[in-house]
Amino acid sequence: MSKSVSKEKSMIIQKEMIAGLLKELGNAKETGKKVVYTFVPGNISELILAFDMLPVYPEINALQSGMRKKSEGFILDAEKLGHSEDVCTYVKCDVGMMINGNIGPSGEKIPAPDLLLLSYTGCFTFMKWFETLKRLYPNVPVALLHTPYQEGHKITPEMTQYMVKQLKEEVIPKMEKVSGNKYDEEKLKKILANSSKVEETIIKIFDTTKNRPSPIDAYFAGVYYIGPINNGFRGTPEAIDYYNELYKEIMDRVHNGLGPITPEGEMEKERFRLVVEGPPNWTHFREFWKLFYDMGAVIVASSYTKVGGVYDMGFRVNPDKPLESLADYCMNCYTNLNLEQRVELLSKCITDYHADGFLVNSIKSCNSFSAGQLMIMQQLERRLEIPVGFIESDLVDPRYFSYANIKNRLESFFQMLEQRKLILE
Amino acid sequence: MEALNDIIKKCNELAFDLNFTRAKEWKKQDNSRVLVGYMPIYFPREIVHAANGLAVGILGGGDKKQIIKGDAYYQSYVCHMPRGIVELVLDNHLEDFDGFIFPSICDVIRNLSGMFQLFGKGKFVKYMDFPQNFLPEVGGEFYKSELQHILNEIKKINNIEVTPERLQKSIDLFNKNRKLTEEIYNIRSEFPWRITAADIYNIVRAGFVIPVEEHNDILEEVVNLLKVENGEPHDKIRVLVIGAFCEQPPLSLIKTIELAGCYIIEDDFLLGSRWIKGDINTTKYSPLDSIVRAYLEQSTFSSSVYDVDNPKEGRLLTQLKERNVDGIIFAAPSFCDPALLDHPILQKACDDNNVRYISFLYSENTGQFKVIKEQVGTFSDSIKLWA
Ligand code: SF4
Ligand code: SF4
Repeated sequence: MSKSVSKEKSMIIQKEMIAGLLKELGNAKETGKKVVYTFVPGNISELILAFDMLPVYPEINALQSGMRKKSEGFILDAEKLGHSEDVCTYVKCDVGMMINGNIGPSGEKIPAPDLLLLSYTGCFTFMKWFETLKRLYPNVPVALLHTPYQEGHKITPEMTQYMVKQLKEEVIPKMEKVSGNKYDEEKLKKILANSSKVEETIIKIFDTTKNRPSPIDAYFAGVYYIGPINNGFRGTPEAIDYYNELYKEIMDRVHNGLGPITPEGEMEKERFRLVVEGPPNWTHFREFWKLFYDMGAVIVASSYTKVGGVYDMGFRVNPDKPLESLADYCMNCYTNLNLEQRVELLSKCITDYHADGFLVNSIKSCNSFSAGQLMIMQQLERRLEIPVGFIESDLVDPRYFSYANIKNRLESFFQMLEQRKLILE
Repeated sequence: MEALNDIIKKCNELAFDLNFTRAKEWKKQDNSRVLVGYMPIYFPREIVHAANGLAVGILGGGDKKQIIKGDAYYQSYVCHMPRGIVELVLDNHLEDFDGFIFPSICDVIRNLSGMFQLFGKGKFVKYMDFPQNFLPEVGGEFYKSELQHILNEIKKINNIEVTPERLQKSIDLFNKNRKLTEEIYNIRSEFPWRITAADIYNIVRAGFVIPVEEHNDILEEVVNLLKVENGEPHDKIRVLVIGAFCEQPPLSLIKTIELAGCYIIEDDFLLGSRWIKGDINTTKYSPLDSIVRAYLEQSTFSSSVYDVDNPKEGRLLTQLKERNVDGIIFAAPSFCDPALLDHPILQKACDDNNVRYISFLYSENTGQFKVIKEQVGTFSDSIKLWA
């Protein structure tokens, strides 16, 4: 009994945090708080908070619209405006929502932006997305933070310098103008100090999958765990509390030898341990998860939970160098790593967390993740000699989710895993 | 006329030679020469030239190469061009190349650079992050460091130091190249019956794979030939084709559009060769800084460039007016994110300004043009009838 209460505590905290943010957004007009639209990868919400502004994440709205079965209508409306069938469905879902009054997934109106913070990493579409929003909100300024790609396997001083200069000359002046507040470096440092604490806890949380059984599912549940840091709470005391609580709950599970909790109940027997690459499908999230639950498959690591920051390779923000740190943080997000780095990271996850197989969920309209995934699979198969599997779906367009097809493919993948287990035994 | 036909034939052979024979021959003549392949769209070829190199445009396999291996590397919903390029690599067409450059146009090209790294091709593979910040002290400095990085890589191979004098010479040659190319387009705009769009395409594309000095000679000859009247105007509408900046349309598609009643007066085919508008002026800054400035201040518009401070629809409408065009054809490669994400913005501008347009998708190996021909024919007829 006590366990189930403590299990719920982190969920309740997260729910309250998000509800609080939504409420603040709802009251933004009255309170005069300025609203900044921005993205998850390259999510410099510490800076937004340092100016006392409120963040909105169009991607998160889109994924929540997908989960609440609202995305299809929005996508069709955007397509009526000339948006192609082939492009990122997050963009179309967002545009559709805006032209329908900008009523968010939870039914509340999302305030219009006062600033479009085009801070993005690892995806070209983000840039095009805000070019589109600029046309929808012609009087709203756009502050661009262009993040260089880690093409050479490292962050060079020139890359950091370029980003810091952009922060100083483009982003901060626009934030000062919009918010009416002056840039306060001491305040930013304090917020970043909180972020670094959270980063440590997140690493510990995702490291608990080393246990057998794994106490968490690092993909389906993992996306809930990263909710607060990807949804505007980086650097807040609430985030510290939330992650501490979550870690405590998970460690309780470890001590009691328990597997992950899923919407279908607790996973009793862990049969397969997997690493998954690529975003999940949101429109059929629960069905999708159940397919894994039914097979006793638990995800011990996923690349998607690293879109808002990769800490596994040792990166932490350094509050003493606030702007450099924000720059390096952006450059360290998962899709800003080059293909070889992605292979290395995934390979480390597979080895460290003792995965039995590697699975790609390839998203039709997301080239940032998808272009190159087949090569990643080949590399991992060759280097680690493990079974690899491949399924296709979409983020928020239900037209591209074929349950039967995915089920078939997963079944053959699991058969492969089963056979390998027998051979190894 | 015969002379022009001969040139076009020669250019066609050069342009579509997927073995890059001429470039490789050129390299063999001197041990310090290097070949650097670059993917669409723009790359300042001047810097490679100044380092005793030849920057060769690699545009995919077009309809000349059957794709077998390349398909194993890409899901069906990724555009066609990168699979053509992978096929070229795996079939050893790019064997004598020393390095590869992947300009930052989109996520497909970006990840293709990673694939080249994993294939272990060339002595260097560089994803070139063109700055999206256009302030000289911010984006300009970063861009300069990117250029310097490439020069360092080439120097490691041939030990050639690029002096300002060398760079100046290269800039002069490419200024001439851009000027002559523009002149051909200008003549075409005034006398569209003198040369077809497909022929211009062949002539410009040949410049992607041969030394600039040779290409300048060809362009000069073409300009002189085109100054002489050689035909008669037809009853065709004047169109601008946009969206084809990266994966190239098959030549037959360009021909189809013209056969269906259009003169292609403006286009964004092979955009890299016309990226910098006007000369690179070296009187104010060092030659390397001048190249940087030209990128920041004289770049054309494209779906790969952040445009909030200089909206693309405005630039498109200006171009339309300057070229006195009757309508626009939006022709983009299937699954091309940057082009397709721009279409609603550009098409809205057309709607708001009563500009007529049609749109369709292609891939570099499209072989059926019947539907496109009918669509373009109807478009052309409707403009002739109602304009
Ligand atoms: S293309 Fe992919 S990474 Fe980019 S915005 Fe869409 S879902 Fe996100
Ligand atoms: S055709 Fe479009 S999507 Fe494909 S590589 Fe070129 S720019 Fe990228």
